[in-house]
Amino acid sequence: MFDIVLQGLNHKTAPVGLRECIAFSEDETAASLEALIKSESIEEVILFSTCNRVEVLLTTSNKTDAVEAVKTYIADFKNIPVHQFEDAFYTHDGDAAVRHVFRVAASLDSMMVGEPQILGQIKAAYRTAARKKTSGVILNRLLHRTFFVAKRVRSETGIGDHAVSISYAAIELGRKIFGSLEGKTMLLIGAGEMAELAVEHLIRNRAGDIIVANRTFETGVELAKKYNGSAIRFEEIEEALKRVDIIISSTGSPHFIITRDTVKGILRSRKNRALFFIDIAVPRDIDPEINRLTNTYVYDIDDLKGVIEENIEDRNREAVKGERIVDEAVIHFRQWYENLDVIPTIIALRNKMEGIAKAEAQKTLQSLRHLSEKDREAFYRMINAMINKIMHDPTMLLKSDAFHGSKPTYLDITRRLFNLDD
Amino acid sequence: MELIEIITIFFYLLSAAGYFAYLFLQKEYLHSAGSYLLIAGFLCHSSAVGYLAVKSGYIPVHNLHETLLIAGLAVVGVFLVLQYKYNLKVLGIYAAPLAALVMIIATLLPREPVQVKNIFKSVWLVIHIVTIFIGDASFALACGVGLLYLVQEHAIKTKNPGFFFRRLPSLELLDATGYGCIVVGFAMLSLGLVTGFIYAKSVWGKFWSWDPKEVWSGITWLLYAALLHQRFTVGWRGRKAAIMSIIGFAVILFTFFGVNFLLQGHHGQFTRW
Repeated sequence: MFDIVLQGLNHKTAPVGLRECIAFSEDETAASLEALIKSESIEEVILFSTCNRVEVLLTTSNKTDAVEAVKTYIADFKNIPVHQFEDAFYTHDGDAAVRHVFRVAASLDSMMVGEPQILGQIKAAYRTAARKKTSGVILNRLLHRTFFVAKRVRSETGIGDHAVSISYAAIELGRKIFGSLEGKTMLLIGAGEMAELAVEHLIRNRAGDIIVANRTFETGVELAKKYNGSAIRFEEIEEALKRVDIIISSTGSPHFIITRDTVKGILRSRKNRALFFIDIAVPRDIDPEINRLTNTYVYDIDDLKGVIEENIEDRNREAVKGERIVDEAVIHFRQWYENLDVIPTIIALRNKMEGIAKAEAQKTLQSLRHLSEKDREAFYRMINAMINKIMHDPTMLLKSDAFHGSKPTYLDITRRLFNLDD
Repeated sequence: MELIEIITIFFYLLSAAGYFAYLFLQKEYLHSAGSYLLIAGFLCHSSAVGYLAVKSGYIPVHNLHETLLIAGLAVVGVFLVLQYKYNLKVLGIYAAPLAALVMIIATLLPREPVQVKNIFKSVWLVIHIVTIFIGDASFALACGVGLLYLVQEHAIKTKNPGFFFRRLPSLELLDATGYGCIVVGFAMLSLGLVTGFIYAKSVWGKFWSWDPKEVWSGITWLLYAALLHQRFTVGWRGRKAAIMSIIGFAVILFTFFGVNFLLQGHHGQFTRW
C-alpha cells in the first residue's frame, strides 16, 4: 500500500525571503509536476505554492526515496542548496499529512486564520495536477474530501466572519452605518497604500462617486483618473463635505485637516445625513471630537485595529470548532483509505455477494416448503459454489502484481462498481 | 374564552423566547420559529377578539380589558407587516414580549363590560377605533426601533462593536423603519382623529369638546407632526428621531392610561375598569 506524504515549508517555518526563493509560478508548477511524477518512488503528486507556503503532496511506495527526490528536485530547480531550506522543511505522512491538507484548505493553518483565498489556490493547484494527470485515485479522493471539509468548516463555524483587515473593518462599519454602500459618495484626502486599498474595497462594494483632494492638485487629478472620479483642491474640502458620505483621510499633515467646527457648520446643510470618517493618517487628520456630533462617526487607525483584534480573537475561538470538523474528516478518510487495499476489498466484495445470495435464497425457499432439509443444504452449497467461482477471477487479478502502480485505481473501480463504500 | 387568551399569551411568550434565542445564537430556524409562533398567537388572539365582537355585536372596546386586547392585536399585526416589509428580524425581541405583556395585563383586568349604549352604533366609530389602534401600534414599534437605533449607535460611537453591533441591522435601516412606522402611525392617527371628530359631531353635536383624551391626542398628533416636519426641513433623523419616537410613545402611553385614571372625560367609561 502507498503512503500519503506531505512535505514543504510555510510562513511558520520559513522567513519570507526563503519562501520567495522557493515559490513556484503556475508554469513552473506544471513543469515540476511532470518532472516529479517521472521519479521512481512517486506515484501521485500535487504541488501547492502560495505566498505563504510551498507544499508537495504525494503518494509513494518508498517514503524515504520520495522525500529525498522532492528535496533534490527543489534544490536543482530553484538552484538553492538543500541545507539552506532543509531546516524549514517539514514532512508529514499518513493521518498527519491528511490532517495538514484539510487544515490548510480550511484556512486553519493560514497566517490570518479564516482568510478565504487559500481554498481557491488549492483548487487551482489541483486543477493543474489533474490537467497534467499527476493525481490519481488517492489524491483525487483526498482533494475532493478536502474541498468538502473546507466548505463545511466555513459554513458551520464563524471562522470567516468579521473583518480582520483594516480596510475590511472600515467596510463592515460602513455597512452598519449606511446599510448598503451602493451609491455612497467618497472623499479621499491625501494618498497612501492603505487609503487606496480602502477605496478599492469600497468601489468593489459598489460605492458611488469618488472625489480626491490632494495638496498637490496634479497628484489628485491623477488619482481621480485612476478611480474614474473627480479631483478638487484642498481648499474645497469643506464644500465637498456637504455632499459626500464617507471620508478617507491619509495625509502627512501634522495637524487636523478637518476640525469639529467645520463639520458642525455643514451638518445642517446635509440635513444630518450620516458622515463616516476613516482616519488612516498618523498623526491624525480628523479631529476625534467630531465623533461626538450627531450622526457622524470617526474611526482612526487605532479604533479600526481595536475592532480587528476582537474579530481575530473570535476567529480563533471558532477555529477550535473547525479543528473538530477536521479531526472527524481525517477519521473518515482513514477508513476509506484503509479499505482501499486488496484484502479488505475482496472481503467486502464477498460479503456483499453473500448478503445478496442469502437474502434471495431465503425469499425463494419460503415458497418452496416442500423441500427437505437435505434439499435445502444442497441449495445453499450451490450458492456458495457460485460465489466462489464468481469471486475467483477478480480475487486473482487484484492479488496479482500486474498493475504497474495503478492498483489503487483498480481497487477504487471495484469498490465503486459494487458500491462497497456505503 | 379565558383559555384562548391564555393560549395566546403562551404563544407570545414562546415567540419571544424564539426571537431572543435568535438574537443570541443567530440561527435562521429560531427566527422562523419565533415568527410562526407569533402568527399562531395572532390567530388565537384574533379569534378571541372576534368572539367578543360577535358576542356583543360590536367592536369590543367596552372596558380596559377589551381595549388592551385590541391594542395588543394591533401591535402584533403591525409588527408582522413591518417584519415582512423591512425584514427587520431582530425587532421581534421587542414586539413579542410587548404583545405578551399587554395580553397578561389584559387578562388580569375585570371583564365586566360597561352598559352598552347606542352611542356605539356608528361606522365612524369603527374607523376611529381601528385607525387609532393601528396608529398607536405603529408608534409603539417606532419606539422599539428607536431603542434599537440608540443601542446600535452607542456601539458604533463608542467604537466597541460587540454583541449588539453584529446582531442589529444598520443604522440606516433602523432609521428608515422608524420613519416608516411614524409616517404610518401619523396617517392613522390623523384619520382616527378626523373620524373621531365626525363621530363626536354626530353624537354630541360638536367636533371638539375639550375632553382630556381629545386634548392629549391632539398633543400627540402635534408632537409627531413636529417630528415629521423637522425631518423634512432640517433633517431630524438618526439619533434625534429615535429619541423623539421614544418620547412620543411615552406621551401615547399617558394618553392611553394616564388620562383614564388621572383625568375625567367621555372616553373614561370604556377605558377604565
